[in-house]
Parts: sequence; C-alpha cells; structure tokens
Amino acid sequence: MSATTIGAPAEDTPRPTGWRWILAQLLRQRQAQLGGAVLLLILLCAVLAPVIVPFNPLEVDAIHRLQPPSATHWLGTDELGRDLFSRILFGARYFVLICAVSVSISAGSGVVLGLLAGAGAYWTDMLIMRAMDIILAFPFILLILAVVAILGPSLWTAMIAVGIAGIPSYARLVRGQVLAIKHEDYVEAMRAIGAGEKRILFGTVFPNVISPIVVYISYAMPVAVLSASALSFLGLGAQPPLPEWGAMVVGGRAFLRTSWWVVASPGLAIFLAIFSCNLLGNALRDVLDPRSAPR
Amino acid sequence: MLGYVLRRLALTVPVIVGILLVTFVIKSLIPTDAVTAMFQGQATEQEAKVAIDAMRHRFGLDQPWYVQFGRYVGGVVQGDFGISVRTRRPVLDEIGFRYLKTLELTFSALGVALVVGVLSGIIAAYRRDSWMDVTATTISLFGISMPAFFFGLLVIMVFSVWLKVLPVMPRGWTALMLPAATLGLIEAAPLARVTRSAMLEILGRDHIRAARAKGVPERALLLRHALPNALLAVATIVGLQIGSLLGGAFIIEVIFGWRGVGDLAVHAIEWRDFAITQGIILIGSATFVMLNLVIDVLYTWIDPRIDYGSG
Repeated sequence: MSATTIGAPAEDTPRPTGWRWILAQLLRQRQAQLGGAVLLLILLCAVLAPVIVPFNPLEVDAIHRLQPPSATHWLGTDELGRDLFSRILFGARYFVLICAVSVSISAGSGVVLGLLAGAGAYWTDMLIMRAMDIILAFPFILLILAVVAILGPSLWTAMIAVGIAGIPSYARLVRGQVLAIKHEDYVEAMRAIGAGEKRILFGTVFPNVISPIVVYISYAMPVAVLSASALSFLGLGAQPPLPEWGAMVVGGRAFLRTSWWVVASPGLAIFLAIFSCNLLGNALRDVLDPRSAPR
Repeated sequence: MLGYVLRRLALTVPVIVGILLVTFVIKSLIPTDAVTAMFQGQATEQEAKVAIDAMRHRFGLDQPWYVQFGRYVGGVVQGDFGISVRTRRPVLDEIGFRYLKTLELTFSALGVALVVGVLSGIIAAYRRDSWMDVTATTISLFGISMPAFFFGLLVIMVFSVWLKVLPVMPRGWTALMLPAATLGLIEAAPLARVTRSAMLEILGRDHIRAARAKGVPERALLLRHALPNALLAVATIVGLQIGSLLGGAFIIEVIFGWRGVGDLAVHAIEWRDFAITQGIILIGSATFVMLNLVIDVLYTWIDPRIDYGSG
C-alpha cells in the first residue's frame, strides 16, 4: 500500500491527509490504541514465536495430556500433551499469514480488475463486471466449498478460497470510485498536460481510491480471517497438527466436558485478534471516512 | 409491479446459466474424474484403460464440452443431479431432506436475528449514549468479532455441561432452539449495528421533528414514522446476510449435529464425493439467487418511491 503512494508523481495534487496525519489522529483514539496494541503484540508473537516459546508446539507428551493451566504449562496442555501456550504463540504466525495472503489476493486482484473496468473500454467493463456478478451469485461458503473441492483441503486452499471470494466486492468498490472521479477536473488537467492513460490511472486516479479501499479492508479483513478459521474448524482448511487457532479448536471439541481450556484458549485468541481488528477498523473509519457515523 | 417481478425474474436466467457453467467447469477441474477414481488400482493398467474408456463413453465424458454441458443442464432441469459416488443413490435424494433441515435452521435463526437485532438497534438509537446504547453497541461489537464455532461451543458448554439445562443432543423442538438461537445471535450483531445507524440518521430528519412537534406519541413516532424508513437499510443487510447465514449454518450444523446440507457438504469433501458437492453448490446458489430476488421485490413493497421502470 505505501509503495504506491511513494510511486505517485511528485507534482500530484497535494493530499490533504498524509499518512502521518492519519496515524496521529488514530493514536488519539482509545479504540485504536487498544486494538493497535493487541495487534502489535500478535505481530510480535508471530515474529518471535520460535525464540520465546517455552515448549515445542508440535511435541507430543502422552503422560501430560489434558493438563489444566499451571506454572509449567501456562494455558494447560491439549489432548496430545502439547503445550497450549506455545501453540497459541505459533498460531499468531498463521493468523498474520492468513490476513496477509487472503487480503492480498482479494484486494490485489479486486483493485486491478476494478481499475480496468472503471477506466477501460465498454466491453472490458462489461466482461469484468459480469464475471464478478457470477462470483457474487454464489454464497460465500459455497464458493469456498468449490475451491476446496478442486484444490483439496489445506491452509493454502482456505486462504486462496477466502481471497477469491472477496475479489468482487473490491472490484465493485474501485470501479465505482473510478467512474466517480474519472471526469474530475484534476484528472482532466492531467490529460490536458498530455499524461498517458497508464500514468493517469495509476498516478492520479489510484491514489484517490486508496482511502475507500483501506476503509473497506478494515471491514473485510476480520470477516476473511473468521471465514478462514471457520474452514479450519470444519476440517477444510489448516490440517492438524498445524497450530492454527481454528484447527486447534477442533482437537479440543471432544474434550469440552472435561478440559474446557483446550477449546477456550485458541477460541479466545481468535476472538481477541478479530476484536482488535474491529476496534482499529472502527477508529480508522472515523478518521478516513468522517461522514460514516461510528457504528 | 408484476411487470417488474417478471423482468427481474428474466434477469436471473443469465445468472443461473452462469452458475450452471461454473459448477460444470469445476467438475472438469477436479484432478481425477469419478470414472478414473472408480477403477483406480482395481485391475492391470491395460484392463483399467479399456474399462475406463468404455465407462467414459457410457457417461458421455468423451464428448466435446458443449455436448456435455448440454446434457448436464438437461439432466439438472429434469431433477437429475447425478449419482453419489459413495452411496450410489441419486444426489437429489441425498440432499432433499437435508436441504429442508438447513432451511428450517436458517430461517429460524433469521427470525431470532431480526427480532434481537432490529429491536436492540432501535433502542440503542432512541436512547443514544445511554447505558442501554453502550451495552448494545459493545455486545454487537463482541458479536461481529466472535467466531461462530467458538460461540456454539461456548453455548453447549454453558447450557449443557455447566447448567445442565439442555441435553447436548436434544430431540424435538428443543433440538432446534439452541442452534437457531446461537446462529441468530451471531447474525443479530451486524443487524443491530445497521439498524442503529439507520435509525440515528432518520431520527434526526425534519419529518420526525415535525411529527414530534405535532404531538405524535413517541411509540408511534418510532414504529410508524422512523422504522419504515430504516427498514430499507435492514432489508439490504438481510440480503447480504443470507450468504453469511448459510456459512454460519454450516458450522452450527457440524457443532450441534444438525443433519443439514452443511454437515453433508463437509462429509462430501472428506469422501471426495464430488457429485454431492456439485449438487449442493448448485442448489444452494440457486436458492440464494431466488432469495435475493424476493428481497428485491420486498424493496418495492417497503419503499414505494423506488421506481424500477428501467428494470
């Protein structure tokens, strides 16, 4: 995202809201402080996981299976005696990976398709948008099911499936924005000074659709991560023994009655992560899109 | 009105054809087709090849794609969705009953979501910034952040394991209650948020102030003057939510042992029974398209100002 603003020509109209200003505004909001802090912590765990984990997250220890939380095993152990705290820490890596991959697929393809549809010829627009309509005609879960049926269940399949299912919304959003600003004076001005279509599209039009895209990502990312972890829970995504949070909940399901902590810790981890995303998203929307009342 | 419905119905035809095309294409993208899978490792390579070719010919798999597509569509139109590889029973028989079960769960959950979501949205907007608003807003923020599978397991843990109010696998109407309430509460969260913001916007409008000045009682003000305007936003979000309701139903079915389509779909993937998966994708998407049609028609009823003259 930031690379694209750097790439924008210097003589562009000065943006009234720089990233530094947005960050400053964000940091003044309690929601953003809280959400941002938790997400930063998750990121830190993801990076440092191999260094800070007390136990090997994949090491089976049959003698100490289903141990309640204690001084040695802070969050207890699961049905195979693996240390839950270590697994949760490693799970942070998969959380970050899912966020990055699924959002890159949906936002990346969606934005390019939307730009092409909005700025392209009639037939390009028609073709792209009808294809998007057909993807949208499938309920999210069935589209994902189709991708899983083709590629077979795995974490990558889940991320790709969730990514693909999100493309049309980005494409629609960007196309709408492009159509709205295509004939603004500053775009006409670029054309008048002889800028090429490619330069206008990526240098002038694109920077102006970044902020709605960021706002949309803040809505869509938590949903995408929830879907991916739900897929893992259904056995269609990350497979055991991968310490992905959704997949960890499945393992503990059978022991719900006696060992609630096996389900509770990964479940709470997902909830906390998504909750923080939503808090940060709320704050971001207040800053970037002041017209939308905080909801 | 009838003209609009018919025009709108006609517009769904290309979408349905698109869905058929996609489910058809998916079949050809599956790495091994059903026939190869059937004979794999059962005979010498030479014998298997002869048998496979004969079988492929019998099922028309050696025809060009448009002939196959034509046959596929022809079959679907006559209710022939193929045979389950696992049970050797027609796909439609496998899905039929479960489809009704899923509809039952989804609509009950939608009912719960509408009542809880819209009501709490109205109250939160009307008593803006009161403790009720803060509570409702906070709970709905929790709701949109909660994975359905975790919430479902929490509900089971609380009601069946700790409080022992309900058995884990109950029968009769109590069997529907817990899963429907779980799914409904999850889906109520976004509804409450949308209703609240729509009501807030409408309660600030001039016609509400005029009605209040005129002495309209508060309840009538809310329910007759404000709510109908907010319903348009609610209908939009319900349309969008049907998809996520279905996704949620898949998870809730697996957790509560509800034998619906979602439960079947998860097993079909496990069994590599692609005819079933294909049937579920097709029937589910067709239902989705039709429900969206119904919601579009409802729009005209909710908001008579909307002119669909141009289609």
